[in-house]
Amino acid sequence: MFKGKDIVSISDLTKEHIDRIFEVARGMIPIAKGEKKSKLLDGYILANLFFEPSTRTRLSFETAMLRLGGSILGFTNPSATSLTKGETLADTIRMIDAYSDVIVIRHPLEGAARLAAEFAEVPVINAGDGAGQHPTQTLLDIFTIVEEFGHVEGLKVTLMGDLRYGRTVHSLAVALSFLGADVHLLSPRSLKMPRHVLREMKSKPEIHEQIDEVIRDTDVFYVTRIQKERFPDPTEYIKVAGSYAITGDTVKKMKKDAIIMHPLPRVNEITPDVDSTLHARYFKQAFYGVPIRMAILALVLGVI
Amino acid sequence: MEEKVLKVQKIKNGIVIDHIPCGMALKVLKILGIEGDVGSTLTIAMHVKSKHGWKDIVKIEDRYLDDREIDKIALIAPNATVNVVEDYKVIRKHRVKVPEIVKGIVKCMNPRCITNQREPIEPEFKTISIEPIVIKCKYCGREMSGEDIVENII
Ligand SMILES: [Zn+2]
Repeated sequence: MFKGKDIVSISDLTKEHIDRIFEVARGMIPIAKGEKKSKLLDGYILANLFFEPSTRTRLSFETAMLRLGGSILGFTNPSATSLTKGETLADTIRMIDAYSDVIVIRHPLEGAARLAAEFAEVPVINAGDGAGQHPTQTLLDIFTIVEEFGHVEGLKVTLMGDLRYGRTVHSLAVALSFLGADVHLLSPRSLKMPRHVLREMKSKPEIHEQIDEVIRDTDVFYVTRIQKERFPDPTEYIKVAGSYAITGDTVKKMKKDAIIMHPLPRVNEITPDVDSTLHARYFKQAFYGVPIRMAILALVLGVI
Repeated sequence: MEEKVLKVQKIKNGIVIDHIPCGMALKVLKILGIEGDVGSTLTIAMHVKSKHGWKDIVKIEDRYLDDREIDKIALIAPNATVNVVEDYKVIRKHRVKVPEIVKGIVKCMNPRCITNQREPIEPEFKTISIEPIVIKCKYCGREMSGEDIVENII
C-alpha cells in the first residue's frame, strides 16, 4: 500500500497508513538510537533538495537514511550553485529523478511538493513547502502523543502560541480533529487560527485567550513560538509573549501526567527550568523525527 | 407578456445565455473574453423579472461556445442556461454545470503558490462547494470564492 507513494500532505494518508507508519517507526527506534545496525536501504539513494535552509529537518532525514545504510545526495539553497539558475522546478525534478530512488523536498513556495510529485517517477516526500504542509512533522507530533498515551482519541490537546503563522499547527490541528482529540486553541487575538483551518477540522475546537482556562485539565500542551516580527510595538510583544509562556510556575498547575511539546527551536516560550520536569517531551519529540522518517523511507521504497 | 417580447428580442443565429444572477451579465462577458469590438451584435438585458426573481440575459449573435467556455460561465452563474439559436429557433439548450475539476480556467489568487511561477503546469482546482461556489487549489490548498474567482479568470 506504500511502495512508490508520495507523502505530500497529511490528508494523503488514511488512518491505516498512519497506524502502519507508527508500527514500523516503533521497530526503528533501536536503529535510530544506534543500538542496532541496519542495511535495509543499502544501495538506495535519497535526494535531499532544500530550496530553503532548514537544518533540523535536513539532518533528521539524513540521519534516517544513513542509519538504514542508504546514501544521500542533495543541496541546500541552490541559488548559491548554478543548479537551478533560470530552470523550472519541474526540470530540476526531472533531472534529480533520474539520479535517485526517493526525493525529499523543502521549498519556500506553497504547492511545490505537489508539483514535484507530478514530475517525479520516484516517491516524493514533502519536508515543508511555504506556509503549506509539513507532513513528516505532523506525523512525528502525533507519534509522540501516541507513544505517551497509547491513543489520541479523547485527549485534551491545547495548541498554543502563534496559531496564525505557525506552519506546523495548521495540519496538526486538522489531523488531531480527525483522530478524535478534543482540540483547544490558545492564542492572542491577533494570532488566532485562520478560518480556513477551522473549516477543515472535523469538529469545532474550543478557543481561548487565557492559559488559566486550560491549564488544569489539558493532557497535551503543544507550544509554538510567538515571533517578535509579528508585533509592530516591542512592548506589546513582551507582554503577549510573557502571557503565553510555560514556566516552572505554570507547570505546577498542570495535571500530573500532562506533557509539553514544541516543534523546536524554542526561545523564551518554555523556560529552561521546565526541561527537567516530568512534563517536558520536546527533545524526545525531536528524536522521534528520525524513526518516523526511517519508517516513511522504508515504506515508500517498498523494502518493508 | 408584451413587455417580455420587447426586452428579449429574437436573434437569428447565436447564443442566448439565460438565468444569469442579477448584475453578473458583464462578468459573463468578461469571462467569455468579449470586450470592446467583438464583431457581433450583443444584447444585454439586466434586471429582468422571471419566475424565480430577477435575472440577467445575454445574447450574442453569430457566436457559439465550446464546453470549456460554458464551464467558465458556471463558475459565476451556476444556474445559467445556454440556448443555441439557428434561424430564429432554439436548436439546443444546455444547463451549465460547475465542473468537479476546474482546470486552466482560473489562476490561483495566492501569490506564493507554485502555479504562479513559470512552471509547465495548468492551475487546477477542486470544486468543494457549489452554492456558494468554492474551489480549492490542488497545489497550495487555497480556497477561492465569489469575486476572487471572477478576478482570476484566465
Ligand atoms: Zn494555489
